[in-house]
Amino acid sequence: MLERLYKYAAPHQFFALSRALTPWFGGAAAALLAVGLAGALWFAPPDYQQGESVRIIYVHVPAAWMSLFVYVVLAAAGITGLVWNVKVADALARASAPLGASFTLLALATGSLWGKPMWGTWWVWDARLTSELILLFLYLGYIALQGAIEDTRMAARAGAVLAAIGLVNIPIIHYSVEWWSTLHQGPTITRFDAPAIHASMLVPLLIMALGFKAFYAATALVRMRCELLESECNSAWVTELGSGGK
Amino acid sequence: MSAARACKAVLRRDLLLGLRHRAELANPLVFYVIVASLFPFAVGSDTPTLAIIGPSVIWVCALLAATLSLDRIFHADFDDGTLEQLILARQPLVLLVGAKTLAHWLLCGVPLVPAALALAVLYQLPATALWPMLSTLLLGTPVFSLTGTALAALTVGLSGSGVLLALLILPLYIPVLIFSVAAVGNAMNGLSIAGELYFLSALLVLALTVMPFAAAAALRIRLG
Repeated sequence: MLERLYKYAAPHQFFALSRALTPWFGGAAAALLAVGLAGALWFAPPDYQQGESVRIIYVHVPAAWMSLFVYVVLAAAGITGLVWNVKVADALARASAPLGASFTLLALATGSLWGKPMWGTWWVWDARLTSELILLFLYLGYIALQGAIEDTRMAARAGAVLAAIGLVNIPIIHYSVEWWSTLHQGPTITRFDAPAIHASMLVPLLIMALGFKAFYAATALVRMRCELLESECNSAWVTELGSGGK
Repeated sequence: MSAARACKAVLRRDLLLGLRHRAELANPLVFYVIVASLFPFAVGSDTPTLAIIGPSVIWVCALLAATLSLDRIFHADFDDGTLEQLILARQPLVLLVGAKTLAHWLLCGVPLVPAALALAVLYQLPATALWPMLSTLLLGTPVFSLTGTALAALTVGLSGSGVLLALLILPLYIPVLIFSVAAVGNAMNGLSIAGELYFLSALLVLALTVMPFAAAAALRIRLG
């Protein structure tokens, strides 16, 4: 079993696998997002307090979940690439950075759109918002470092060290920001407080979350193929691919 | 040569080089004082307002000054090949990098402390704020030097590395900033600052255990 997985650490094997998997993930993402959006925009009831604005949450919460998830994937892939010299893992880390940054930006933007009618302001220096903003800074730093180092192999390895430092710092930043914000602002607004949300809202939310995951998988696979083609452009299998072979 | 003697030699060399280029050392400090004294022009000379924003301004400007001084840790050594020799040396790179970090803290971190105290007087902070300012700076500046060494190692030799380094490092300084300014604020309100000092010490211990290894790994990657 494990040996069959090892096989795909080789770039050309992974390339073929990625080609086969992308339509499945892409199809799943399209289907899940369509069903989830229909559920979120039509079938889910408006919130008794938040009214129709609650529908923003169906995009906002999955995006916020993904923002952290992708950073963990990025750091784990980077460290795998660094320690075991796996080129595919490097490609995954590099491919994930812009996607994670986009999810983070989406979470911030939708949160801001939701905050205006709910809290009466686009932005509050609340602990959650602030740590999300810092997460965006960490992504941007990673992307800037990738842009600054021309050699992609070295860029991925340097990025792995940066992502590992960031990963150690994320919980510290999160809790210190939480501590700071409660110290200065008193009680902050909590979403989804004590009572569990009703199934009519939870189900579309979970479908949307799965849709986001599938979308990430599909786009990451496509981006990884580009990364691999670029970094392996001198190897035989890419030349063969370019000359029309399968 | 034993590792301890090698570290001492690196430390001595860096201190000596630093003291021979006094202007380079002074520039971040002058920058610090200038930037911090810009705020009263923008905010107004109203004393109570200055006392409120004082600790935050002094700390944020200290972050910027510390960031400015990071570039020099490896820059000259990278240019003249010393860095390669350090990597090739038989002694563990982690310890040699640690000696360089210590030298950077002594040359660029410690001088921030008296400068900050002078600024505290300019901002007319109460005397109760001085001790927390001193203690948080003494705990915070080594964290800057340690984290800064690791990230300076990552960006060594890159064109435009100064701004890039600032982008990478400023978000990581946030916890230190939060606890330090909170400590000063607490002291000014007559509250205990023990909690914040413990947190800062914990951050320092964490940085001490992790960052030299990250810096050594980063140097190997960049020069490997």
